[in-house]
Amino acid sequence: MLFTGIALALLWAPEDADQGPSQRIFYLHVPIALTAYAGFAWGAWKALRLLWTGDSRYDLESYTGVHMGTIFGTLTLVTGSIWAKTSWGVWWNWGERQLVLFLVLFLFYGAYFMLRYSLADGPARARISAVYALFGVVLIPISFLAIRLAENFIHPVVFTREGPQMDGSMFFTFCVCLAGMLLLAGALYRNELTGKRLDARLRELREALA
Amino acid sequence: MSSGEKYLAAAYLVFLGALLAYVVIISAKLARIERELGELAELARERHG
Repeated sequence: MLFTGIALALLWAPEDADQGPSQRIFYLHVPIALTAYAGFAWGAWKALRLLWTGDSRYDLESYTGVHMGTIFGTLTLVTGSIWAKTSWGVWWNWGERQLVLFLVLFLFYGAYFMLRYSLADGPARARISAVYALFGVVLIPISFLAIRLAENFIHPVVFTREGPQMDGSMFFTFCVCLAGMLLLAGALYRNELTGKRLDARLRELREALA
Repeated sequence: MSSGEKYLAAAYLVFLGALLAYVVIISAKLARIERELGELAELARERHG
């Protein structure tokens, strides 16, 4: 589905009269950014489940969700910088609240890994990591709404209260790309989670045989 | 190729490159798990037979 979306974005969607071909980065950059938010939110949701139920399996699920969010967050920053360079002439603009808040969110979850790996494996690490992941989720709506609260911005606002500010074919292409990106993230999440669970089982087996 | 097209190609290639790198990392991890499983199976066979 993602490759269909990319094909639609590159070959079918009409070219933006203002930005030209570089506007097609939108179909990649925005779905990646929304998927990053979804990854962080999923990690926080699993963290909440861990704290609520005490079930340790949610620890690995929360960690994998945050990991997915970080991977897609990195791609958001890279593709966003490329788009900024071609549209605004600069790789980064510190005056843009949404950019800076996304960076803060990204660095916050980057520090999650430092915290996690600085603690010994066990229930205490799972709980502390879960609390940290849960705090970070507060930054998601702030980051998302920042552009709407900003007074002077150059970052475009496409989705307003009046609906998407784009052509129907552009919106359709965007939806296909977003669905494809979320499916890709879901597949990667499952794949990574299975790998980590297999690793844990192997460790148990090695200890049992030692 | 115009400047805008070059940046467009760069953005999509970065994404596809990252996806490819991820697939390579996962493949390496699966190969390691398979090797370790084989070693453990061998160890278990030695212990019990």
